[in-house]
Amino acid sequence: MSRSVLVLIAMALTSPAFAQSSLPPSRYAYTQLEDPAQEARARALMETLRCLVCQGQSIADSDADMAGDMRALVRERVKAGEEPEAIRRWLIDRYGAWVSYRPPVEPLTWPLWAAPLLLLAAGLYLARGRFRRKRF
Amino acid sequence: MRRLFLWLPLAVFVLFVAAVAISLRKPPDTDIRSHMIGKAMPDFELRPAVANHSPLAAADLRRGKPRLVNVFASWCVPCKAEAPQLMALKRRGVPIDGVAIRDRSEDVAGFLASWGDPFERIGADPQSRVQFMLGSSGVPETFVVDGRGVIRHQHIGDIRPEDVPEIVAAYEAAK
Repeated sequence: MSRSVLVLIAMALTSPAFAQSSLPPSRYAYTQLEDPAQEARARALMETLRCLVCQGQSIADSDADMAGDMRALVRERVKAGEEPEAIRRWLIDRYGAWVSYRPPVEPLTWPLWAAPLLLLAAGLYLARGRFRRKRF
Repeated sequence: MRRLFLWLPLAVFVLFVAAVAISLRKPPDTDIRSHMIGKAMPDFELRPAVANHSPLAAADLRRGKPRLVNVFASWCVPCKAEAPQLMALKRRGVPIDGVAIRDRSEDVAGFLASWGDPFERIGADPQSRVQFMLGSSGVPETFVVDGRGVIRHQHIGDIRPEDVPEIVAAYEAAK
């Protein structure tokens, strides 16, 4: 009896290893913008920005406090009339291209962008014989 | 030539497996380095995080002498672990300012009372705005800022005893 009570107390007292703050979330962390068009723009950007503490999730998907603050940052700037791509650039200037899920076109990512074209060309080359045969 | 061509898919596959096997053995590097190193500290002005400390503004970081800026929070466990190292740096004469992320005044005061107070100024950053400006991706992080307000060095994660010489060196180099 006393042991199970102790266990319950211990479970009630634990906090997750990556503690979150006790401050309420920022105003626009979980609240949509009043203007649906602006919210849609902010939403599209948030889905292509990477959460910094929960790597592998977008800030739109994450419940981490920091992702909430990033959503608030995005929404407030979109509300103030800033272009979503300018906000993306602002973040890339600070965190590198890593923070964005949309890879930029630069020497490092040329293979990435060229691969589909090269594969398509290779496919056409391989299929070329088949098309020729059909004509007969 | 045609024979060789037939082996090509297998060769590509073997290369792929080798690449995956090598990457799996490497521990993942999850640190996101700030791209603000070598750049001027962005402008900001923060309210004081606790009553007995001065507020922190970017202007306080370009007064001719290098300083450390420690991004921390009372709710952050590794921040407690690095507290003795920050106190050691303070004893060595390294001036340290703090940015308290998403924190309440009473919690910061409690944190300083429990784990020591190495800070001259502490700014409150309730919405992580200054953290984003700095390109900081978590707590704790420590930046070395030179006397002209240029960010010179970033330490990610808690400062362990073995990290202190590196931070002192970065501080000396910023003079």
